[in-house]
Amino acid sequence: MSKEEPLSVIGKARRRVDGRAKVTGQTRFADDIVLPRMLHAKLLRSPHPHARIVSVDASRATRHPGVHLVLTGKDFPVTFGIMPVSLDEYALAPERVRYVGDPLAAVIARDEQTAGGALELIDVKYDILPTIASPEEALAHPEARIHDYNDQGNIHRNQAYEFGNVEEALANSDHVFEDMFFFEGNTHLPIEQHAAVAAVDGEGKLTLWSSTQVPHYVQRQMARVLGVPEAHIRVIACPNGGGFGGKTDICNHEAVVLKAAAVLGRPVKICLTREEVFYLHRGRHPVLMKFRTGVSKDGKITGMHLQTLLDGGAYGSYGAASSFYTGVLQTITYELPRYRFEACRTFTNKPPCGPKRGHGTPQPRFGQEIQLDKIAEKLNIDPADLRLAMTVKPNTLTANWLRIGSIGLAECIRQVVDRSGWRSKHGKLPNGHGVGLACGAYMCGAGLPIYWNKLPQSGVQLLLDRSGQVTVFCGATEIGQGSDDVLAAIVAEVLGIDPFEVRCVTGDTGITPVDLGSYSSRVTVMMGNAAIEAARRLRAQLAAAAAEELQTTPEQLGFANARVFSAKDPDKGMTFREAIGCAEAKYGTLGAVGSYAPPKPAGRYKGAGVGPSPAYSYTACVIEARVDESTGWISVPKIWIAHDIGKAINPVLARGQVEGSVYMGLGEALMEEQIFRRLPPKLSGALVHKMPSLLEYKSITALDMPEMETILVEDPDPSCPFGAKEAGQGPLLPVMPALANAIHDAVGVRIDELPITPDKVRKALELKAQGKDPRVGPDRFPDVPYPEPMMVPTPWEGGDGNALKPGHAQVSRPSKVTAA
Amino acid sequence: MMRLPWFKYRAPRSVDEAVRILAGEGSDAMLIAGGTDLLPNMKRRQQTPRTLVSLRHIDTMKRVSNGNGLNLGGGLTLTELIRLDGARERYRGLWQAASQVATVHLRNMATLGGNLCLDTRCNYYNQNYEWRKAIDFCLKKDGEICWVATASKRCVAVSSTDCAPALIALGGRVRLQSAAGEREVSLEDLYRNDGIDYLARQPDEILTEVVLPDAGSWKSSYWKLRRRGAFDFPVLGVAAAVKIARDGTVEEARIALGAVASRPFLTRGGDHLAGKLLTDEVIGDVADIVASRAKPMDNTDFDVYWRKHVVSEFVGYALREIRGDDVSDTRHRISRLAL
Repeated sequence: MSKEEPLSVIGKARRRVDGRAKVTGQTRFADDIVLPRMLHAKLLRSPHPHARIVSVDASRATRHPGVHLVLTGKDFPVTFGIMPVSLDEYALAPERVRYVGDPLAAVIARDEQTAGGALELIDVKYDILPTIASPEEALAHPEARIHDYNDQGNIHRNQAYEFGNVEEALANSDHVFEDMFFFEGNTHLPIEQHAAVAAVDGEGKLTLWSSTQVPHYVQRQMARVLGVPEAHIRVIACPNGGGFGGKTDICNHEAVVLKAAAVLGRPVKICLTREEVFYLHRGRHPVLMKFRTGVSKDGKITGMHLQTLLDGGAYGSYGAASSFYTGVLQTITYELPRYRFEACRTFTNKPPCGPKRGHGTPQPRFGQEIQLDKIAEKLNIDPADLRLAMTVKPNTLTANWLRIGSIGLAECIRQVVDRSGWRSKHGKLPNGHGVGLACGAYMCGAGLPIYWNKLPQSGVQLLLDRSGQVTVFCGATEIGQGSDDVLAAIVAEVLGIDPFEVRCVTGDTGITPVDLGSYSSRVTVMMGNAAIEAARRLRAQLAAAAAEELQTTPEQLGFANARVFSAKDPDKGMTFREAIGCAEAKYGTLGAVGSYAPPKPAGRYKGAGVGPSPAYSYTACVIEARVDESTGWISVPKIWIAHDIGKAINPVLARGQVEGSVYMGLGEALMEEQIFRRLPPKLSGALVHKMPSLLEYKSITALDMPEMETILVEDPDPSCPFGAKEAGQGPLLPVMPALANAIHDAVGVRIDELPITPDKVRKALELKAQGKDPRVGPDRFPDVPYPEPMMVPTPWEGGDGNALKPGHAQVSRPSKVTAA
Repeated sequence: MMRLPWFKYRAPRSVDEAVRILAGEGSDAMLIAGGTDLLPNMKRRQQTPRTLVSLRHIDTMKRVSNGNGLNLGGGLTLTELIRLDGARERYRGLWQAASQVATVHLRNMATLGGNLCLDTRCNYYNQNYEWRKAIDFCLKKDGEICWVATASKRCVAVSSTDCAPALIALGGRVRLQSAAGEREVSLEDLYRNDGIDYLARQPDEILTEVVLPDAGSWKSSYWKLRRRGAFDFPVLGVAAAVKIARDGTVEEARIALGAVASRPFLTRGGDHLAGKLLTDEVIGDVADIVASRAKPMDNTDFDVYWRKHVVSEFVGYALREIRGDDVSDTRHRISRLAL
């Protein structure tokens, strides 16, 4: 395929291939599945935040009319977990419950009503244990351990890295800025609650339909939990009604329905209530952060020391990765010559936290982008100019050995600055009215899989036959983000046909090649590259066969408009279907596969596997805000956002992803919080989710969305399919800090924590009126016992990607530190 | 999903039939109109009536007639109320209140009578059964302690109706009918400051009609504080109605508050306006007087001190709107709607 060939599908605004089914109600979500003889499951969840289970007596429930089976912790002796380093969950807790909502028994009955009613007939005796409600408590109370597999008390993960001598860099800086920030936890809030159906097929093998983003990982872990071969479990990821990371973990209820179906030989279904989704959670970690950043007087960062403290909740989940992500991507936006990063994740008696859109990176991004605003103010430099002067250069390595390819950040900043009228607004609008700027960056797929292997991370298989039909198979999961559309578009582009002619079969471990799942913004790049490979292989066969028929050479042939034709003489050609016929006659049954594995990371130190990606996306955002000084009431009239997407495969969907990110980000900025309530300890040991309901957990509505101007910056990245980078997560990151910065521009106060609510703004305005520091945010950082940092010399200070041996002092070569 | 408990459903065709059923069923029966609040509550087991008596099929409950002013059937949906000819012009405060209840879909089902009888709310109470079990329940339902104010003998759940304060300010009354007969009470007297026993309505009475006096030269306004432009119950409702003479002097005024106690109530703010011009200074003074009566508790959305702080601002918005100021910008920023 020649590079000059004009694109006929990619880059064109199109109706998504699964759009019709969705708007006409044809799409089958997991809860839509109804099978003959199907039974229904409900889970009994702990009413206590931390307790030892003394006994579970299910005899009354088992005898209840309509009940077919009661499962308890005894039925699930094997643990599971998404990360191999924290296999700490049971499908049903056998000995200990660790948060209100932790499941410990299940009833399978003829209908949901009966199952739910029978839960109350299970008699459980608990021995109440002390509770840990916050990271501070977790650090202060190592003895009442929530788990015993972790190294230290209630610290789940604790790590430290230093890339170049940061203290020396700070000491040589003109200014050192020290700031603390807090990002409250929040949850995904997909409209579709998790549902799963399990069934035994005629051969005795198991099938699970589930609203999951990661069927491949679910298949592996279900095999582990149930003790059956992986090949005997088929996991079908139904289209998700939103995921946002909330369906990337292995779920208790998936194991429960599979086990029940296996025992009973009948299909078993479960659909979680909204409350249960708040308990399952795996959402944004609450993170306390401390930044110490050295800056030269002309506004260049000389070094940064970042400390983070994460509230992990009751289980490991993705926490091992989440902790890394609160630090590793701080290096990819602005030149950072030296960097020290310490992260600590604690266990608490609350629903486990995990990945939500941006996975661990929105929290430090919030801190960094506000701190940059403070730096710009102090140095009297325009915040846009401060950033423009230090964006990372393309095709470079960062201090922590991440390989940056294309970077369109500067263009994104210029776009939002121009479109918003930033230069005539920032610092110049009337009191109560302001603009704020912030940027963000994200990965296009995690470089390493969750479990160690050297296999492809995405596979695509393509079938054509003489009818003209094109069917593409891939394990990637359509979660609403448009992955099926990306798949169809790429195949259609290569084969010169309409995307609606491509049938996508996705997310089914029984019939689709492995793809690791819809997380870490990996699908477009990884599945896309695999799809190109498969489609090009078939195109080569079609071209060879058609060339014989047309008496030309394959290189002369073009593929477009469902025709295969001579590029020089377009009238000389045949239909796409005829070309398939030629190829099928020449080669036999047609099919091809493609696969993709990301490049090896540049870093070789332990932990270097978190952060590398085939490419990084960049975003800049300007928010205009108005603040009523009497009440602190915040309104947002307009948002401008520019996203460096490389190349938009379908601009309609790409914009949808960007705007969806802004919607979610603005909700996190203004109101979303997954928070908990402890009752007066003298009267009660309760520690409960404050408001597990769609009404009382506040997220913004359509009426609260401001006007938006969305700009797609296209600078195709050679590592990506047709140059396309991710759009699903990165655009969320700048929204929260841009709002904080806009509020500062409007009324001169700093809200250094999320969410930014009118009462906090009002409080800061009162402080301002009293002549005090007009700031609301954390003012102390606990004494965290971080380990000695692993010392890794940077690429420009003689590093080779390895860590120094312990005790080996870090040598710093140049006295004046600059990024290479 | 959460499932409803089993219940018997009765669908009478007339108020007489409905009150007979109520009298026969006793305290195990509840009325259901739109069901937008009751049915979710039943799923969470806050209410588990043995019988539901539906008011949906009683045509007379939807009647609109001109009495001395305007009589509104309790069974009118909020959407029907909003669309009534002249409602916006003559009873602006009520129209603004009804327009801000929940969402379009819910207003299509929810009724005026239902909104007036809305159960009080509290974030220790509006939770499902399992959650409430995890805190060993609360005073309002199945428990012993009010977790909002642990020393309190009284439930402090908050009145969350938008229409009631608007109607109180407008001088509205309601008709209550039972098998024993009919009575009419002022709307303010329908409510008690008790989160459990919040209505003076007897269990066998049906709120059949709302009676409004002639609007005459009264002007009214309702301002609602909530987190978002839709869905949310009020965490503060300020309703004002003012009768202004030709020279601009206030002849009579009523200012009511909602969502800052277990009942909506009339403040003395209106009395302070009488005989005065609506100057900024007068508005400021009255706003402070009204605000001093607000006693929000920490059992709804938003910081409780901040909620208290903004009451006087909201009173100011309402009075300035009545004065004729252009408050559309403020209105839009607060409510996200043009009202």
